[in-house]
Amino acid sequence: MDIAIIGNGIAGVTAARYIRKLSNHNIYLISSESKNFFSRTALMYIYMGHMRQEDTQPYEEWFWEKNRIHRIFDHVVDIQFDQKNLHFRSGKDLKYDKLILALGSKPNKFGWPGQDLNFVNGLYSLQDLEAMEAASDNLKRAVIVGGGLIGIEMAEMFASRDIPVTFLVRENSFWNKVIPPEESAMVNRHIYEHHIDLRLGTELDRIEDDGNGNAHAIYTKDGERIECGYVGLTAGVHPNIDFLKKSPLELGRGILVDKFLETSEKNVYAIGDCSEQREPDAGRRGIEAIWYTGRMMGEVCAYNICGKKVEYHPGIWFNSAKFLDIEYQVYGDVQANLPEGQDTIYWEHSDGKKSIRINYDKISMVVTGFNLMGVRYRHEVCEQWLARPTHIEEVLENLAIANFDPEFYNAYEREVIQVYNQKMGKNVQLKSKRGLKGALNLLKKARFRMGRFESKEKQRPKVKV
Amino acid sequence: MNILQKIGLGLFVIALTIFTISLGLSKYKLTESSFAGENTIITNEYHQAEVANLAQQEGMLNKEYSSNISFISDYKKLLKKAQQSLSEQEIPEGLGEWDFKMGDWKIKEYVSTAVSKTAYGLVPENKGLFLFLTFGLGIFGGLLYILPVFSTIPGIKNNGIYQDSMMRGLELNWRAGFLGATIVGVLVYGFFYLSNFFWPLFSAVIIGLIIYLVFFRENQKERNPAKSASPTTTAWLGVLTGIYFIGFYILLYWAPAYISNWVAIVDPISSVLNGGGASRWFLYGLMYSIIVIVMGLRMIAKYRHNKYQILRTSSVMFFQTAFAFLIPEILVRLNQPYFDFKNIWPLDYDFFFDYNLNTLSSNGGIGIFMLVWGILLIVLGVPIFTYFFGKRWYCSWVCGCGGLAETLGDPYRQLSDKSLRAWKFERWIIHGVLVAAIVMTVMVLYTYFTGSYNVLFMNSDTVRTWYGFMIGSAFSGVVGTGFYPLMGNRVWCRFGCPLAAYLGLVQRFKSRFRITTNGGQCISCGNCSTYCEMGIDVRSYAQKGQDIVRSSCVGCGVCAAVCPRGVLRLENEGSDVDDRMTHSRAIHVSEEEVGLLM
Repeated sequence: MDIAIIGNGIAGVTAARYIRKLSNHNIYLISSESKNFFSRTALMYIYMGHMRQEDTQPYEEWFWEKNRIHRIFDHVVDIQFDQKNLHFRSGKDLKYDKLILALGSKPNKFGWPGQDLNFVNGLYSLQDLEAMEAASDNLKRAVIVGGGLIGIEMAEMFASRDIPVTFLVRENSFWNKVIPPEESAMVNRHIYEHHIDLRLGTELDRIEDDGNGNAHAIYTKDGERIECGYVGLTAGVHPNIDFLKKSPLELGRGILVDKFLETSEKNVYAIGDCSEQREPDAGRRGIEAIWYTGRMMGEVCAYNICGKKVEYHPGIWFNSAKFLDIEYQVYGDVQANLPEGQDTIYWEHSDGKKSIRINYDKISMVVTGFNLMGVRYRHEVCEQWLARPTHIEEVLENLAIANFDPEFYNAYEREVIQVYNQKMGKNVQLKSKRGLKGALNLLKKARFRMGRFESKEKQRPKVKV
Repeated sequence: MNILQKIGLGLFVIALTIFTISLGLSKYKLTESSFAGENTIITNEYHQAEVANLAQQEGMLNKEYSSNISFISDYKKLLKKAQQSLSEQEIPEGLGEWDFKMGDWKIKEYVSTAVSKTAYGLVPENKGLFLFLTFGLGIFGGLLYILPVFSTIPGIKNNGIYQDSMMRGLELNWRAGFLGATIVGVLVYGFFYLSNFFWPLFSAVIIGLIIYLVFFRENQKERNPAKSASPTTTAWLGVLTGIYFIGFYILLYWAPAYISNWVAIVDPISSVLNGGGASRWFLYGLMYSIIVIVMGLRMIAKYRHNKYQILRTSSVMFFQTAFAFLIPEILVRLNQPYFDFKNIWPLDYDFFFDYNLNTLSSNGGIGIFMLVWGILLIVLGVPIFTYFFGKRWYCSWVCGCGGLAETLGDPYRQLSDKSLRAWKFERWIIHGVLVAAIVMTVMVLYTYFTGSYNVLFMNSDTVRTWYGFMIGSAFSGVVGTGFYPLMGNRVWCRFGCPLAAYLGLVQRFKSRFRITTNGGQCISCGNCSTYCEMGIDVRSYAQKGQDIVRSSCVGCGVCAAVCPRGVLRLENEGSDVDDRMTHSRAIHVSEEEVGLLM
């Protein structure tokens, strides 16, 4: 069977890897962006000089040969679904039996005047990075529009080269639609500390042309003019599906897929940023353009293609990011505004750069989410606590086993418990020590309870490079 | 870079320039007093008379030399003549052969003594001033460059490394060219060093064999290691630095007479510490300690948000300064044997050599204690500590070579080759060196106990000399440190150190140490792999959610430090010591969540 995968990002590549593990099908991995798979999230490090482009490629050349994954470096201009045929820009064609669309996203543009000028770009693809690199010599100022994860990454990138940055954020506090107010304020402070000109509550009005089709200044909605040689548009992304508008595929904002990630066309699947769940799981969005869901979908899709029907359930939400020097991790349900039925324990370090937040249900006292800034927590442990109803006090007593900070780091578990004790008038005490031992015990117990411990090894396919 | 840092860098460059130029700033003259009295440069009376006589005849006496190169060249010729002439004379009654004849090794010794004792002029007469202008100014400039970093915002700052001609490294072909040229140079020099063709040829065959095994048996020839090459050869500063390091080691090991001025500069410190003049090894130890301290401060400044890095760096700074440098010097001052309590065979390859065993066993209680201590470290210390903490307890907390790599070498850690091919080379070479060290030591001990130099068909003395030359000097020094800016800071530790191989075997098969990965949080960015000085492709494990158990991991903790998503943690845990590497605990979240329906 011939399987064509359009898009070699994390979703497409994961699908290819798992199809190879599960079958002997012919795999064609198609991309017009880069011949080799690279980590999109690492683009910023290339610009900042932390890594070369080849360092962001997780697999060496031999990997593709050994796993018999044929890479096609070309652009698909047309998909003939009825004939199961792909037509390439080079004029070539490729027949497939099954097709996976892993098309990724495109930066949002909201119809701003001047948004298509030169030196106005998002940051999503390798080509975007190249554009940014080319514009950086002698750049006097960059303006970034949109206060999300890519926006702050872009600000960090310019700042790393001592290029002055003005950062326009529509909201009154950075990313405050996603992270709670205290954490958001922490990031604001940290952005200022890095001498980035953060403009909260400021929107872009238009981008000014210098007469040669190049951006050279922007106007905010307040009428202020800011001269700049580069405008970064980072107000989110949307599925890259424009060329499918006339296809028979049912589209929403993304390509609509069922629980098995299959589209309205049989044998055509859509995964990653470009897909939209018809019926997302409770508490989840239809489109989740993040690394981890792309990877999970790739894996699930491979099982379905190889005849093992598996529903896509991304499980307990988790994500992570880094805001300049502050690491961020979230497990479970932590909303920007605390929902009615929830309560929260929030501890912040006196240096204002570390915080721990644990949310729980007011009535059942069951933990619902963890939000960490500048502190690392164990994914598996948090997930375990969230997967089965766990009382907040049980979590607090064992909080040390969740910690994943490097050895010798200061421990803040007692201070977090103190916050709870003061709030509730209780006397909960820390009963665990940091380290792997406690975490292992917790996970072992959980697996025995689920009757999965013994069969674990068989169930998990051996990963071979 | 702020203004203080620019000034600091400028001062450092000035100090380095003075240091380099100072090598040629002495004059040399043989006088009558060179061959008489307390200041004589030759103590053996027959040699003394012969050389003095020849110096007179050849017109070298009282001749001023303004360069050590021409002085050494002339004096060597003179000694050769003396050697020739002595060997033609009859040995006086009751004298041993070598009490009268002049051996080749005596010539080397006499040249060194002559250069240091007959020197006069700017440097020898102003040692204190030059100490200040080189070491003093260099340290001051270095600190001025490093300390302002403490006032910046803490966090991982690897900005611009691959845009910097000092740190960006070279593409594979250039690296291979440098390495090949160095190996050929060492082997050719080896012919002269040993006056023997067999061992250099034998070594060449071994090198060829390893290349054959990796290229053809392991099928790595056609593989193009994409992850290890810089796009252009623009790392000029790195190349110059590498050449300087390589030159330094060549002079230090094989042409010490040419660096006598450097030794003279540190005389004042030596006389304070051990009451005597400096030797080239004193110079080396002092420089080593200063570099580890100053560059250690740089490491601490860079990672000051990370307690693990601060403690670890402080530890290597302490062990180098105290254990490797000060304690041995003080022992000498107290008339005890020179001994480095943290050096362990087979890295300390001459531990079982006759002179060391004789020195230790003839120095009473303390000598015996040192002997027992050294053996206990080998048979108990290594396995026990490695079981509990992994090899990091030694390699990145205690070891001197590791200490230099973690401090001076930190700017170059990203240059280690992460390709599978490099890993294959690593395994053949490092275990080959371990075998060589064991075989050599067994032969030397056989000779020690039986008195017979003939082991099988080989001369144990030649084997030991060749090991010292090839592994002890060329590999660990010239290549191991000289190649920091070309192949990364752990070339020796990764490819050559036999102790690292021994520690690594324990770590791989029986140790509580591993690096755990945090569930599904890895984004495959590659920072961990890039900044792994041992060339481990950490990401390949992390993105699978698999724990990392590798014999080469020295536990420096930098992968965990540079990870932008908090994915890696160094841990010791005993309850699952035998299945650290299986997938049973490695959670790949998607798999965990998917669960098959059928």
